[in-house]
Amino acid sequence: MLNILKKTLTGTTMAACLSIAVAGTPATARADTNLTMYYPVAVGGPLTKIVDGMVAGFMKENPSINVKAIYAGNYNDARIKALAALKSGKPAQLSVMFSIDLYELIEQDAIIPFDDVVKTAEDKAWLKSFYPTLMQNGVTRGKTWGIPFQRSTIVMYYNKDAFRAAGLDPEKAPASWDELVSAGKKLTKSDGSQWGMMIPSTGYPYWMFGALSMQNDQVLMNGAGNKTNFSAPATVEALQFWKDLGSKYKVMPSGTIEWGTLRKNFLEGKTAIMWHSTGNLTVVKKKAKFDFGVAMLPANKRRGTPTGGGNFYIFKKTTPEERTASMKLIKYMTNPARSAAWSMKTGYMGVSQSAYDNAKLKEYVKGFPYAAVARDQLKYATAELSTFQTGRVRKALDDAIQSALTGTKTPEAAMKEAQATADRLLKAYR
Amino acid sequence: MHPSRNLMRHVHGWLLLTPAAILLVAFTHYPTIKTIIDSLFSKGTVIRPSRFVGLANYESMYADPIFWKVLYNNLWFALGTIPTSIILAISMALLVNRAMPGRSFVRMAYFTPTILPMIAVANIWLFFYSPDIGLIDQISSWFGISGHNWLGDPKTVLPAIIIMTVWKEAGFFMIFYLAALQHVPPELREAARLEGASRWYFFRRVLFPLLMPTTLFVLINAVLNSFKLVDHLFVLTKGGPDNASNLLLYYIFESAFSYFDTNYAATLTVVLLALLAIMALVQFFLLDRRIHYR
Repeated sequence: MLNILKKTLTGTTMAACLSIAVAGTPATARADTNLTMYYPVAVGGPLTKIVDGMVAGFMKENPSINVKAIYAGNYNDARIKALAALKSGKPAQLSVMFSIDLYELIEQDAIIPFDDVVKTAEDKAWLKSFYPTLMQNGVTRGKTWGIPFQRSTIVMYYNKDAFRAAGLDPEKAPASWDELVSAGKKLTKSDGSQWGMMIPSTGYPYWMFGALSMQNDQVLMNGAGNKTNFSAPATVEALQFWKDLGSKYKVMPSGTIEWGTLRKNFLEGKTAIMWHSTGNLTVVKKKAKFDFGVAMLPANKRRGTPTGGGNFYIFKKTTPEERTASMKLIKYMTNPARSAAWSMKTGYMGVSQSAYDNAKLKEYVKGFPYAAVARDQLKYATAELSTFQTGRVRKALDDAIQSALTGTKTPEAAMKEAQATADRLLKAYR
Repeated sequence: MHPSRNLMRHVHGWLLLTPAAILLVAFTHYPTIKTIIDSLFSKGTVIRPSRFVGLANYESMYADPIFWKVLYNNLWFALGTIPTSIILAISMALLVNRAMPGRSFVRMAYFTPTILPMIAVANIWLFFYSPDIGLIDQISSWFGISGHNWLGDPKTVLPAIIIMTVWKEAGFFMIFYLAALQHVPPELREAARLEGASRWYFFRRVLFPLLMPTTLFVLINAVLNSFKLVDHLFVLTKGGPDNASNLLLYYIFESAFSYFDTNYAATLTVVLLALLAIMALVQFFLLDRRIHYR
């Protein structure tokens, strides 16, 4: 009995404390507009702190806007959570999501174009201030739906010590497919202790393939997101080259190469060259025990890489005030100084020319020129594979790439099949 | 008995059942029925709302080569994991049931894989399997065997995943066998020895039949797990290369959350439910009859 009484008493006291705490909040915050933002990073990671810092800075400058950042895991999780919140009637107002989710979000009628929000001439100029290549994944049907923020490209990391040991010039990274093969042959050791190069083919094979096909002067899809070019001769040729690196030239392990362990392979010297996201730059810089270099991807008919990463979106279920406030936040987060700081801390790219004109980033690039490789490569870049029904279309391409690399199908047959699947899926959108 | 008293007893009984029944209905029965209903509708977007399509989802599933591939993979996965892990579990249980030095240490060592989360296990094995830098390739390189891309080769990826799953599961099943073995009266062994029965004969004719109830329990669990366990695919292969390691439940996840085709995912789920129900029924009704319960 005494125990029950005790419990009840503690319960009441705690409830009382809580209600005081709850009642206390509105008085201190005075927020007029509340924004909820989904953000695709794991909770507690280093990125969380950086984003939290930016959000805090924004709220200090705009005391009437209250921003709650929800860290939602990876891109897939963020999209699932944002769409689930939308269906439940308690949506967020804005979110950073995968740039290639664009068509899915449009089809779900989840987002609004920024053209509906920008009013002043100054805002319209702001919309034009980003690198056009980074805008490709955010623009369709003549409207802008996504603003670049957490963006990356593929670059080539190479082990300069291994280059020296193989008698290659460490300051001259292979600039063409032929040079890549001949350097790869010199770098590959016959006992299997070191491979010439590795291009990852699990996780995001379509992304790596976007680079190879672009280098062969062929984009993978059209701007309306309803047609793919998987069976075009240049595309098949690019896949053949990827396969040949392993099976014909023997400068790369045959079969698929794991995305998750590739960085370790490079850091342990098991491969002299790796193609990987710029997002790895800061980690490689910290952990490499050898002299390493970063270069643009090589060219065949031209240089090329897809862009990657996340864009800002504004959701449709928002009031005009919330939209204006969201715009303010996005402008704050992507402004040159912040974008420059973001790039230095993470390895992601600055999103506009003026970010790289920022004095601090200029200084950083002077000391560590590899931080600018992604920017310099941008003029050769193209959009990442993104279509309607994007998950299924991407899967068809991924499967085709893997079946060709593992030798179960010829590149031509595999790509024909992928194109047929994509045609069937996209017919309804033409 | 007084009729109203009898009624009260019924009400009382139902009231006691209600909390469990509510949970069961809300989280098991309702979702099952909703899944079946969803599987009869088309994928809905705002532009093109979902509508009743009858069995069209089942037709496209029938025509979907990936569906047959994952079903086939799942069959091999089940065949590869279930018998092996049960045989291994019995052997380990027999081994650590004897008096031997360091017995509790060995028991613990066998049980350790079970307490690790599947994601952690997959992360460990990802580095075991990775070509050249992985543990397996490093050991085989001492014997002059060159590295193999275990997870990147469609021929070896499924066996590689089966071995990892057996490693993870056998220790768990061992615990049940160990518990069952402790309940086997020692007189039986003594009697068998007096009669001159060999060890193998004793195991085959006495011990194994006595362990059958445990085996049924373990078997049902193993079968369910072979369809339920897909955590490792997220880390190891994402179903690749070219669906060579894709399993039914992972494909359901992909359909629902990568393609946003929840209706197709519902269709696949109905198949999964039917498969599991059939297998559970077969096990209960066919095997149960042959089992000797003490």
